[in-house]
Amino acid sequence: MTQLALVIDLNVCVGCHACVTSCKEWNTSGDAGPLVDQNPYDADPTGTFFNRVQSFEVGEYPNTETVHFPKSCLHCEEPPCVPVCPTGASYKRESDGIVLVDYDKCIGCKYCSWACPYGVREVDAERKVMTKCTLCVDRIYNEELPEWDRKPACVRACPTNARLYGDIHDPESVVSKAIREAGGYQLMPEWGTKPANHYLPRRKTQLTIREDEVERADNPLKIDSQLPKPGQDEPSLDDVTSW
Amino acid sequence: MHPAFSVIFLTTLIGAGQGLFLGLFGAEALSLLGVLPPPGSDFLALGSALALAFLVLGLVASFFHLGRPERAWRTATKWRTSWLSREVIVLPAFMGMVFLYGAAHAFGFNPPLGTLAGDIPILPTMVLGAIGALLAIVLYVTTAMIYACIKFLQEWHSPLTVVNYTVLGAANGFTLAAAYAAWAGVPLVPFMATVAIVLTVLGLGTRSASLMRNARIKSKSTLQTAIGVKHPKIQQKSQGFMGGSFNTREFFHHMSAAFLRGMKWIFLLGAFVIPAILLLVVLVTRVDPVNLLIAAFVIQYLGMVAERWFFFAQANHPQNIYYQSVA
Repeated sequence: MTQLALVIDLNVCVGCHACVTSCKEWNTSGDAGPLVDQNPYDADPTGTFFNRVQSFEVGEYPNTETVHFPKSCLHCEEPPCVPVCPTGASYKRESDGIVLVDYDKCIGCKYCSWACPYGVREVDAERKVMTKCTLCVDRIYNEELPEWDRKPACVRACPTNARLYGDIHDPESVVSKAIREAGGYQLMPEWGTKPANHYLPRRKTQLTIREDEVERADNPLKIDSQLPKPGQDEPSLDDVTSW
Repeated sequence: MHPAFSVIFLTTLIGAGQGLFLGLFGAEALSLLGVLPPPGSDFLALGSALALAFLVLGLVASFFHLGRPERAWRTATKWRTSWLSREVIVLPAFMGMVFLYGAAHAFGFNPPLGTLAGDIPILPTMVLGAIGALLAIVLYVTTAMIYACIKFLQEWHSPLTVVNYTVLGAANGFTLAAAYAAWAGVPLVPFMATVAIVLTVLGLGTRSASLMRNARIKSKSTLQTAIGVKHPKIQQKSQGFMGGSFNTREFFHHMSAAFLRGMKWIFLLGAFVIPAILLLVVLVTRVDPVNLLIAAFVIQYLGMVAERWFFFAQANHPQNIYYQSVA
């Protein structure tokens, strides 16, 4: 069985919100209807978004780290938002595991949004139905697009390649490898929702450079005349030998 | 959670309507056993109409909760998994039973269908009433389970939620039944008022139990599990947008902690203490009960509205962890 998902690398995300705007642009222009905004250029602008980037400060000043955290529907393998729906408008596809809302069946009762611990479903204030990330189901199977472009809009937009996309049930997929090898984890595992989307943790990137790696310890000229150091313009062994 | 008045009125109005019907049917059943004086068909017919009025008002209120009310018929389809769907099926079924029960009394359609042991006649109204009473109880359960079944709304995820919806709705309904009996001049006031006091005091106990339980709840989700960073000190610096969103509107009550505390005392007094005192005054003194009982019902109903508001506001949705700082 296929379970399409995103893997988001928090070590690489720079918090540029490109995925947010790209998601909004694609999904507001599609056949499924616009993601409507209210007062977009006025006081108190608001509107429907499927994807947001949040920023967190971890640690205590001055030893802090900023974590940028993109959040969208996690396409849970045990989605709590699906069984509560009274009309069957909220459903999970057997074929690829994407959790979707049938906008023609939704009555806008908001119950599914209560039943989602992650807060990734939003009622569109104008269309009056529940909306959510579709994993760009209208891109990934879109034969109008060239094959390399059949990925979610957020993945295509990410300038640092922090968003990986693929089938987490295929052990050889790029996402499965990333989860396996870079310590991929799920959000709020305590509720047993088994989110398909995974996150890759921050990693310590350290490069230790010893002094003898900057200045060649085996440079005979420097060994011979420890002090005073030869000046910058004076010839060193590098200048007289061709390696 | 943001308390929606559509849902508050739905649950309180149908709760009172269900309780009133339980009172009417209970009085008729006990009168057949000779325990109570016969209430009379007119009383039961008009009482059923009153119960039905409450149920219809509640149903009307519920439609204001829906974005697309014209599609509401679809809600009956997923009863296998959704408690909301089950409620949507049970509510009209119960309303139908109340209507038939009231109509049978109004038109005097009550030929005995047979007799039970001890010469107790099987009357059509008793059959309809028994089915109706069962549906009333089922409706309390389905309504409460809509909230109690969501496991990460920890304040709601408890059997106490079901107990409270049932006991509180029934208490308010029996107070209404007592007021109605007094207004109609039917000698059922002591019975209705006694049951109402018992249920009100019981409700005070079960609701206090849930208040105590909720005061001690430790949230299972933390900022650490929400973003998967194990460090003990994490602070949100930006929720990703500065204007509001569905997430900031639907899941926060936007009131101060003092307001919440005030509402708690208001509903403890309004839903339990004051009505219980008024009912007791009616039972033990010889004052004219009509106005007192109507006041008791109105105060208790408003107390129930406050209780339901508090019920929603107190529930702390785990998604709120993600929306702690605008920028």
